[in-house]
Amino acid sequence: MAALRTRAAGWWSGSILGRHLLVALLGLVVVVAVSESVSDFRNLQLASMAYLGIAAGGLTVLTGLNGQISLGHGALMAIGAYTTALLLDDREASTPLPLVVLAAVVVTLVVGIAVGAAAARLHGPYLAGATLALAVAVPGIALYFKEQLGGEQGLRVVVPDIPTWALDLAYFVTGQDLTRSRYVAYLAWFTLIVTFVLLANLSRSRVGRRWRAVRDDEVAAELAGVRLGRSRVSAFVVSAAAAGAAGAMMAVTVRLAAPSGFTLTLSLTLLSAVVLGGLGSLAGALIGAALLTFLPQVVTDLGVDAGLSDIRAAELAPLVYGVVMVLVVLLAPAGIVGTVRGAVLRRRGRSAPPAATTTGAAADPTTSTSTSTSTDAGPDPGASPGTSTDPDSTATTTSKGSTT
Amino acid sequence: MRRRLHRSATLVAAATAGALLLGACGAGGRDDDGGDGDGGGGDGGGASAPGVTEDSIKIGAHFPLTGVAAPGYSEIPTGAKAYFDYVNAQGGIYGRQIEYVVRDDGYNPTNTSSVTNELVLEEEIFAMVGGLGTPTHSAVVDFLNDEGVPDFFVSSGSLQWGDDPSAYPYTFGWQTDYEIEGKIIGQYVAENMPDAKVGLFLQDDDFGDDAEKGVRQFLDDQVVAAERYTSGNTDVGPQIAKLQASGADMVLSFNTPSYTALSQLVALKLGYEPQWFYTNVGSDADLVGSLLSRFSEGAVEGGSSSLDGVLTTEYIPGVDQPDDPWVQLWQKVWDEHGEKGELTNYRVYGMSHAYAFVQALQAAGEDLTRDGIVEAMEEIGADLEGPQLAPFRYSGDSHLGISGMRIVEIKDGAGEDLTPVLVTDIGDAEITEDDSGQDGDAPPESGVPEAP
Amino acid sequence: MQQLLNTALGGLTLGMVYAAFALALVLIWRSTRVVNFAQAPMAMVTTFIALVIVDAGHSYWLAFAAALASGLVLGAVVERVVIRPVEGGPEINAVILTLGLFIVLHALAAVVFGNRYRSFPAPFGVRGIEVGGTTIALTGFGIFTILAVLATMGLLLLLFQRTDIGLRMRASAFNPEVARLLGVRVGRMLTLGWALASLVGSLAGLLIAGGSLVHPGYMDSVVVYGFVAAVLGGLDSPFGAVVGGLLLGLALSFVSGYVGSQLVALAALVILMLVLVLRPGGLFAQTAARRV
Repeated sequence: MAALRTRAAGWWSGSILGRHLLVALLGLVVVVAVSESVSDFRNLQLASMAYLGIAAGGLTVLTGLNGQISLGHGALMAIGAYTTALLLDDREASTPLPLVVLAAVVVTLVVGIAVGAAAARLHGPYLAGATLALAVAVPGIALYFKEQLGGEQGLRVVVPDIPTWALDLAYFVTGQDLTRSRYVAYLAWFTLIVTFVLLANLSRSRVGRRWRAVRDDEVAAELAGVRLGRSRVSAFVVSAAAAGAAGAMMAVTVRLAAPSGFTLTLSLTLLSAVVLGGLGSLAGALIGAALLTFLPQVVTDLGVDAGLSDIRAAELAPLVYGVVMVLVVLLAPAGIVGTVRGAVLRRRGRSAPPAATTTGAAADPTTSTSTSTSTDAGPDPGASPGTSTDPDSTATTTSKGSTT
Repeated sequence: MRRRLHRSATLVAAATAGALLLGACGAGGRDDDGGDGDGGGGDGGGASAPGVTEDSIKIGAHFPLTGVAAPGYSEIPTGAKAYFDYVNAQGGIYGRQIEYVVRDDGYNPTNTSSVTNELVLEEEIFAMVGGLGTPTHSAVVDFLNDEGVPDFFVSSGSLQWGDDPSAYPYTFGWQTDYEIEGKIIGQYVAENMPDAKVGLFLQDDDFGDDAEKGVRQFLDDQVVAAERYTSGNTDVGPQIAKLQASGADMVLSFNTPSYTALSQLVALKLGYEPQWFYTNVGSDADLVGSLLSRFSEGAVEGGSSSLDGVLTTEYIPGVDQPDDPWVQLWQKVWDEHGEKGELTNYRVYGMSHAYAFVQALQAAGEDLTRDGIVEAMEEIGADLEGPQLAPFRYSGDSHLGISGMRIVEIKDGAGEDLTPVLVTDIGDAEITEDDSGQDGDAPPESGVPEAP
Repeated sequence: MQQLLNTALGGLTLGMVYAAFALALVLIWRSTRVVNFAQAPMAMVTTFIALVIVDAGHSYWLAFAAALASGLVLGAVVERVVIRPVEGGPEINAVILTLGLFIVLHALAAVVFGNRYRSFPAPFGVRGIEVGGTTIALTGFGIFTILAVLATMGLLLLLFQRTDIGLRMRASAFNPEVARLLGVRVGRMLTLGWALASLVGSLAGLLIAGGSLVHPGYMDSVVVYGFVAAVLGGLDSPFGAVVGGLLLGLALSFVSGYVGSQLVALAALVILMLVLVLRPGGLFAQTAARRV
């Protein structure tokens, strides 16, 4: 028995992938439970939350772990969405959905290589400006090539019929018929979980440590043998691939890929999601996405109660994001997750000796999918880029530094 | 070592999944013959249709209440609401009060999709009534038809709302479609101004495309340039400059009202003075005048006279005809139930399609169902009287709306008739004078249509 | 031929506005090494303030002055309250802050003024001027735009080159530590830099709005074009910003007139990337290498 426990504990701390998979599985259970107990409309909202979460997850890896900012992720999502729309143009479209998503990811990834190669030469405000121009420029391409890309009306997306095995499986597991909205929500959340597991593993790997090293100190990283350009491009490409998957899920959820869906606002919204949640943390990205999805209704209702007209009250939500975003950078650069974790760790540090193996589960049980994912990603969620002192990266840098 | 650990992780995962599946086993096998399928169909029977109760009917619509298309268009739902309130005050339809839910989509198709989800799935509306815009509504027309939601009287003249009822059985157009508007305008210009060099100024979507198709049936030889603008981009300088460079002395414009103001403004800047011919959609003299008058103190004549001499079309009577019995009804409705502000042509538009929807509710009878109202409309739609100058074309084969219009010249903010009401259909149907007498009819005393 | 001339003239007027906007970005960059992405909504808010004053029945010029004054105040407040705490910190924080401010001001304007299109008056004619029988695409207001931007650039040059306060501002931007040792109140100078920049941005907002439609997002694309113009000129030089603005205005006008108005933003992106890759220091850079 004791031996078993030791083995389990050893496994828990030793196998990152295993831990991530277990968390992912738990996440899947939560998703099914939530999805089955809410209405069709809420399911579509959940799907929206998932695609925003996927994109925010990609962005938080780029900005939080590698220190690159991108205002162009909305444009990258557009590329994923249009790829999806082109492949799913009518009910007879025979490409299976997983292949469609894969295609969206691959196409966006290829574009990401090009953008990333250019972005790797830029930093800070220059990078922000260039990606801002990207966000504004890309919708114009869809307008210009109206024949192929549908112009302002965009391309309609026809979600293929739900496969029989999915219907059967859903009924077997839940005892309810699978509605289309629920199906879409499952698709989006499944994609999210897969994406997050991959991102979490990647950020814990050698590649992820290089990203952080570049973020913290370029010169030291370079001395340690990290190739700056390559590291930057790889972070951008991974992030772009996530945006492509997000775009595909957006197309499936909204049933449309149109330029109006990919405005500058979308890119700024994604950035606010990752800042709100805490840069570099996947759990934070998910919390940010949840806020973006569900906060507007709450805030709008409050505004209407306060005597504003519906239309003006609807503008309160972005006002709240914006204000919170400014306050987060000024007062709590660690974001929501980082601040909560910091508080928890501090209290724990006072009351008991550190219990390294269990911090993960305790941080925030409500978002089980990714809480531990983020804790896995080390202390970085607590640090805004540039100010962070990440033991992981310092370790890498010093050890490599000593060999040169 | 690592690999073994991974394998054990997978094992744990698989075991957990298995346990979960077993735990859920009580659910048994899926019922394969479709079940009650509460999501789609909507053919509930009786008063059990979604959105319908003993004493209420909930309907919804998406309109641009903000953004580039909001001037003018945001007034349409206020007109429709005033008329529904008027009907409610008279006891409603079969004792049911009409509850009208409007959502803002900012003329942004992506938003339209999300507000329509909300209307259909969360608000559980019985029908969509008057959803506005070609790019916007085309984003949701598939969804509405998949869900079996009656999609009545789309506020747009695109052909897709009615030319193929087998593809979209629940969708009905209402206003005169852009293709026959293009045809009627095209024929008029070809007959009366055979020497004109014609330029086209088009919104870059089905609106412009349908109209261009109609116009070119008659004017293909006379068209010297066709320029398109994107809704949302307020710089139309290059397009107007190209029309000017092409030598066009007559411009047929198919655009929204803001773009009428912008095109007039750019033309002033370029010193370009062709004969303008605006589509009905973009020619509201009061609105365009109020947008234009502010631009420059004294440099542009303000008020409704700013579009003087411009040609346009008309398919319902507007506020410039205060003696028309329909307009008198609308004025009364607006005075009793309207919000602040004057009765405008946009509010008249809203009331006019609200009137047609009340007719549809009457025709569908007391046992209101989604399929029932569609069938009723196909059956009697073509004979309905109403404010429209020409009859609807509703039948089992066509869900297209009003079949014609007349051409007018704007003088002092009012339309002066240049032709009688002309009717036709899409494709190569001939253009004839209307003989239905719809032009001269008047509303019933009560102002509420009676059951047929 | 007429189209060519009109396209060029359109580009010239537009270019002047981009120049003014780029000038605002450059002023802030020089003093605090921050690219103020919130410049566009800041200018939008001041333009709406002007519109409210015009709507209340006052003259255009009163509204014009009020918009510039509110720009001055807004710039100072933003620097003091929002930017000061992160000065000297990681540059990405400042970027995120200005973007947060972007969202805030945008939403605030939509709540207060309404998210719809309204026409904005122009003090001079919006009719093209007639030259030898043909009308050219240059309006009275267009001439005013060009003159106003040129005058602004001249005044700024005078301020920086000929006045004591200009010298102190330059010193604070160039080397804050040394300036502080010499008794310059660096913080105050930085605030003044932001205030001035915001004033120039407000001017750009008023010039774009004149005789056209305004809504809370009407300046959004201008921040992109202004940034490209500023980078073209090297991001450091007021003179470069004006030249960059002019060149960009002309280039985009020709793209819009002869290729397609949908591709204007894409053209701006291409120009930006070419400059950043080939001449990162801007068109007039003396040193070829510079970290961007």
